[in-house]
Amino acid sequence: MSRKDPSGGLLVSPIRNGTVIDHITAGEALNVLRILGITGSTRECLSIATNVESKRLGKKDIVKIENRELCKEEVDRIALIAPQAKINIIRDYQVVEKKGVKIPKVLKGVVRCPNPGCITNTSEPVESTFEVLEKGLHCLYCDWLIKDDIANYII
Amino acid sequence: MYHIISIRDFERSDLDYLLDRAREFDTGGYRPRMLEDKLAALLFFEPSTRTRMSFATAMARLGGRWISVDSVEASSIVKGETLADTIRVLSGYADAIVLRHPKEGAARLASEFATVPVINAGDGAGQHPSQTLLDLYTIRQSMPIDGISVGLLGDLRYGRTAHSLALALSLYGVTLHTIAPGGLEMPANITLELRERGTEVIEHADVEEVIRDLDVLYVTRIQRERFPDSASYYNVASSYRITPDLLTGVKEHMMILHPLPRAGEIDPAVDRTPHARYFEQARNGVPVRMALLHEVMK
Ligand SMILES: Nc1ncnc2c1ncn2[C@@H]1O[C@H](COP(=O)(O)OP(=O)(O)OP(=O)(O)O)[C@@H](O)[C@H]1O
Ligand SMILES: [Mg+2]
Ligand SMILES: [Zn+2]
Repeated sequence: MSRKDPSGGLLVSPIRNGTVIDHITAGEALNVLRILGITGSTRECLSIATNVESKRLGKKDIVKIENRELCKEEVDRIALIAPQAKINIIRDYQVVEKKGVKIPKVLKGVVRCPNPGCITNTSEPVESTFEVLEKGLHCLYCDWLIKDDIANYII
Repeated sequence: MYHIISIRDFERSDLDYLLDRAREFDTGGYRPRMLEDKLAALLFFEPSTRTRMSFATAMARLGGRWISVDSVEASSIVKGETLADTIRVLSGYADAIVLRHPKEGAARLASEFATVPVINAGDGAGQHPSQTLLDLYTIRQSMPIDGISVGLLGDLRYGRTAHSLALALSLYGVTLHTIAPGGLEMPANITLELRERGTEVIEHADVEEVIRDLDVLYVTRIQRERFPDSASYYNVASSYRITPDLLTGVKEHMMILHPLPRAGEIDPAVDRTPHARYFEQARNGVPVRMALLHEVMK
């Protein structure tokens, strides 16, 4: 429709319906998939491009997921490791919605507490809960502070 | 419902209020059977004679009753059961639950499943708010807390009492002096948090260089388990030991506190000096816990 050539400029073949996560911090595409719970055994049809040239970021990663529209909660988790990411919802080959990501104030069940003595690392019926502070992620159960390598702790 | 979980949940006015209440209980300003129809469950998954007995004493002094489960019984009663389930069950028996548990955050979790108030009596290396309140209470018995200089000495890395006391003191504009053996320094996040709260934190290599400036010296236990061998433990422990000699030239009102039990950190000869206040501090556990129990169950 508005695009003359739907594959123009695309590294991978276009998708009809789904989500394109663009402007991911270079090298973080696989972590983005982990956050979304997409593993090697999921059914989604995926394409991933890493370290592609970008005017804005120098280099970036892109993830395209066919037949799945990400909900707000999923999208915001991505912000932890790729704050510049843009989510494009594709319907019938067109970008119908574009949204940025926003780090949520509280993360429930997203990040595992690195403290082995934390009650959230037991068989208790409780989800890890972190409040997002400027200096890092603060465990609301044991007060542990995750300052960097957040991706390593993503559940 | 009012839970007492972490010193981080308290503002200065909350602490002052509870300290004032404790003062009233301490000076007999209460009806002897204030908690007559109340029952507290003391649920201790870790051994702690002192804390458990002072909660029991506090309950008894208010005319209330208590059921108590110690660490051995606790492990058999709850065999395979989650803490969450145990708490739900105990909520049906008692009017408040006092919990000691080895995992950090256990009390927070308990408060989410309880239908009665929960008082944290120590969760792993985490929080122990009633201890912090009795520490503050003991200081306030002799001096206003505002603006004083407090030395924290010993194992500041694993010592939870030092962490929560430091956080509470940061609400009173005090200056903190930390004195810890290598490897047992105050964790960087806590120091950062204290500084963010506007507290001046000064690190010292040994206690001698600062002891004359202090109003309070808070000594914590240095545990042998933290050291690779007993030689290095004795080495460190002896250089951090408080002796009468060390006290020459200190401020007249300088008080020495210790959460007890002590290992060798304080020479028993110090007990006879007017600076030694740790037994009084231990005794203060009762009025402070009376105030807490009454507050959550009134
Ligand atoms: N049908 C499609 N299939 C696969 N990818 C698509 C499709 N349509 C657009 N894209 C990709 O989605 C992203 C956003 O598309 P858009 O047309 O909005 O580009 P843009 O104007 O460069 O946007 P931005 O300013 O966010 O970079 C681009 O990476 C684009 O290649
Ligand atoms: Mg673009
Ligand atoms: Zn934790």
